[in-house]
Amino acid sequence: MMSTARHSPLRSLAAHGILLGYTLIALFPVFVIVVNSFKNRRAIFADPLALPSAETFDLVGYKTVLAQGDFLQYFLNSMTVTVASLFFVLLFGAMAAFALSEYRFRGNLLMGLYLALGIMIPIRLGTVAILQLMVASGLVNTLTALILVYTAQGLPLAVFILSEFMRGVSADLKDAGRIDGLSEYRIFFRLVLPLVRPAMATVAVFTMIPIWNDLWFPLILAPSEATKTITLGSQVFIGQFVTNWNAVLAALGLAIVPVLVLYLIFSRQLIRGITAGAVK
Amino acid sequence: MGALTLTQVTKSFGRTDVIKGVDLHVDDGEFCVFVGPSGCGKSTLLRMIAGLEDVTSGDVAVDGTRINDLAPAKREIAMVFQSYALYPHLTVRDNMGLALKQAGVPKPQIAQATDRAGAMLALDALMERRPAELSGGQRQRVAIGRAIVRTPKLFLFDEPLSNLDAALRVQTRIEIAKLHRDLGATMIYVTHDQVEAMTLADKIVVLRAGRVEQVGRPMDLYNDPDNTFVAGFIGSPQMNFLKSGKLGLSSETLGIRPEHLSLDHGASMEPGRIPGRVSHVEKLGGETLVYVHTEDHGLLTVRLFGEQDYAVDEAVGMRLDPTRVFHFDAEGKRLR
Repeated sequence: MMSTARHSPLRSLAAHGILLGYTLIALFPVFVIVVNSFKNRRAIFADPLALPSAETFDLVGYKTVLAQGDFLQYFLNSMTVTVASLFFVLLFGAMAAFALSEYRFRGNLLMGLYLALGIMIPIRLGTVAILQLMVASGLVNTLTALILVYTAQGLPLAVFILSEFMRGVSADLKDAGRIDGLSEYRIFFRLVLPLVRPAMATVAVFTMIPIWNDLWFPLILAPSEATKTITLGSQVFIGQFVTNWNAVLAALGLAIVPVLVLYLIFSRQLIRGITAGAVK
Repeated sequence: MGALTLTQVTKSFGRTDVIKGVDLHVDDGEFCVFVGPSGCGKSTLLRMIAGLEDVTSGDVAVDGTRINDLAPAKREIAMVFQSYALYPHLTVRDNMGLALKQAGVPKPQIAQATDRAGAMLALDALMERRPAELSGGQRQRVAIGRAIVRTPKLFLFDEPLSNLDAALRVQTRIEIAKLHRDLGATMIYVTHDQVEAMTLADKIVVLRAGRVEQVGRPMDLYNDPDNTFVAGFIGSPQMNFLKSGKLGLSSETLGIRPEHLSLDHGASMEPGRIPGRVSHVEKLGGETLVYVHTEDHGLLTVRLFGEQDYAVDEAVGMRLDPTRVFHFDAEGKRLR
């Protein structure tokens, strides 16, 4: 790290203090979930902030989760929906962004605005219409229904961010490709996409987390046992009168893991992209 | 096998006309430079020849064959860009060989072609490196190599030296000139730098606002400009323009190059002597540029050989070499 004279130790201490404080606040709920998922029921209520000790340590939550319901299936469903939606959002988003940033055609600006409009209008406003559509096309209780909805939900932001980044890719590079006889698809996949990889990672992270966490659409479009996602699956432990907190916390604790792995993959890309640009 | 003909070529972006009817013929093997101020349409014209921009009307033809509707890759052209535009994920060798690979040339032939271009440009040792590991000058040589490998009918250069520092620019300029002699290929070169234009070109095309102002050999443009724009654009420092009326002449404007003015000390008022005050002096060792403020004509530049002693604010007088003056009318057209 380069240190300049303007950076006084006091200032950097303050900056670190603020950032550390924020990190603590942000991670605290996660910490509480993970810690309590390893404790017995009484210990959870007696002292929610205590770490599990020899007598309060209990894996009953995890046992319940793994015994009851088909949690592996739920995980798989969530994973399928998230990864497939992410793939389509990135593919179609990047292609639309390339078209908007690269080609001059009538209505280019209007098309861009139309595609960006989705950022401002929440997709849940159309839930009834979406449900009718899915019923009519026989897609209720399929993962396809969720993937379609999430792809639509993720596209506006993806197009918006990626088209800005693609405008920054050297026009000469694309022209050089054209003169060398590369097809527009090769130019898009081989020249442009690798150069906007940091932006793709950003979009991936912003798209992935709401999809993984969503309860609304799985509940409405795919509540069957075979298509339940992990968020919906965890709800079986929350009852109107009794809630199995051990199981809920364990399920949530487990649900964090895959999304964390995905996040780590993308954030590595993100950081690599940033440093590659800075060092060059 | 590489003569270019443009016939009444125009280009409009929406309602804006960028190229307003250009006629031009470039002979096979000629080095032709498009020069003009920024926004004059020279890069657009080059991109139209390359096929990267559509032609609104008119014809672009190579060796008599109309190529308006051919894709860039089918036009047998190669282009070198200002920003090098190397493929970041490919090695130097693959960068140079990509076009041949796309055209379906067998591998051994590609290797032979890239090796030859590499040797020509002293890139042998760098063939397996990626663009990110090269310096600016090396990158530009790779870009030129990529063009050579294709053995095109036309080489197109879009301000290839603008991103290089001054020393490297001179060196690369000489390399390009040498390349042109060795290959004997037709080259079209776009620049806004009139020194590059003068030193490289067989034929200079001076453009302004989408129109050709004058076409000719460098010395023809220098010694025989058609109008005040060409006279002012070619040559550095710029030609001096004086008001003819103040000198008792019938034309509107009188042009004279800085080296054709003579300078002497003192404030005496003789006929034919233009009095003024020195406003700035630039000593370059080999020559001295004296900027003189005059009452009638504004700031005039005088180029003197060797080191000369003139002080700022000193009263001086200038004389014109009457055989080297150009006369222009009110529209800026040359009066011959």
